Amino acid sequence: MPAQDFSLSPFIEIRVQAEAFKPGEELDRWCARSDGAGAIASFVGLVRDLNLGDQVSALHLEHYPGMTHQALNLIAAQASAKWSISAVGVIHRFGDLLPTEPIVMVMTSSAHRGDAFSACEFVMDYLKTQAPFWKREKTSSGTRWVEARESDMQAAARWEDKG
Amino acid sequence: MITVRYFASIREAVGKELEYFNYGEEVQTISAVLDFCRAQSNQHAEALAITKAVRAALNQTLTSLEAPVADGDEIAFFPPVTGG
Repeated sequence: MPAQDFSLSPFIEIRVQAEAFKPGEELDRWCARSDGAGAIASFVGLVRDLNLGDQVSALHLEHYPGMTHQALNLIAAQASAKWSISAVGVIHRFGDLLPTEPIVMVMTSSAHRGDAFSACEFVMDYLKTQAPFWKREKTSSGTRWVEARESDMQAAARWEDKG
Repeated sequence: MITVRYFASIREAVGKELEYFNYGEEVQTISAVLDFCRAQSNQHAEALAITKAVRAALNQTLTSLEAPVADGDEIAFFPPVTGG
């Protein structure tokens, strides 16, 4: 059993930014202030350098400024309601990115690893299908909008009958 | 008045990111607004074609096409999201 009830007031931090971030520094900071959490799970997504067989030279990420923050906040709140987690952090970039740069990071804190892992995966799955971001890739043959993937829809849908 | 925003490939195809319409009988649900927008021009019709996956947000929250629209609302149409 957790030593305290984390579900009452989970800490949520959402950052949507054009600036690059360093996952290592973010995780250090997250660990340093996660009082009482015995487990932290994190996920980092990087810009692909190869997609659908083409070399990607740059990525532009459009978003819906008025909606993005609250969409991510809602997803974090849903995760907090489903699992016993004390904190959820989401960092997501927009604008121009280069291949291999970090684009997204999710961190979840809990008393035990199970809830931290599940909540982290849930946040990523929902983010992929519900947060208003759109990728535009630059390849040697021009630029193209990245198409949504059916596998991402399925990944998000599987949480609806679980947890 | 209602505000309609377009994003990503739909914004490009429509040729504008934002437009304003008078609120009235023909735009009382998201679905009706979508039809109304399609009728604006050939570019609109193409960008928002029935055969394309169009997602909608009402006042900056994802919504279904059946949702009611009120005067002053902000509606957005965009393709399925691809962040993360």
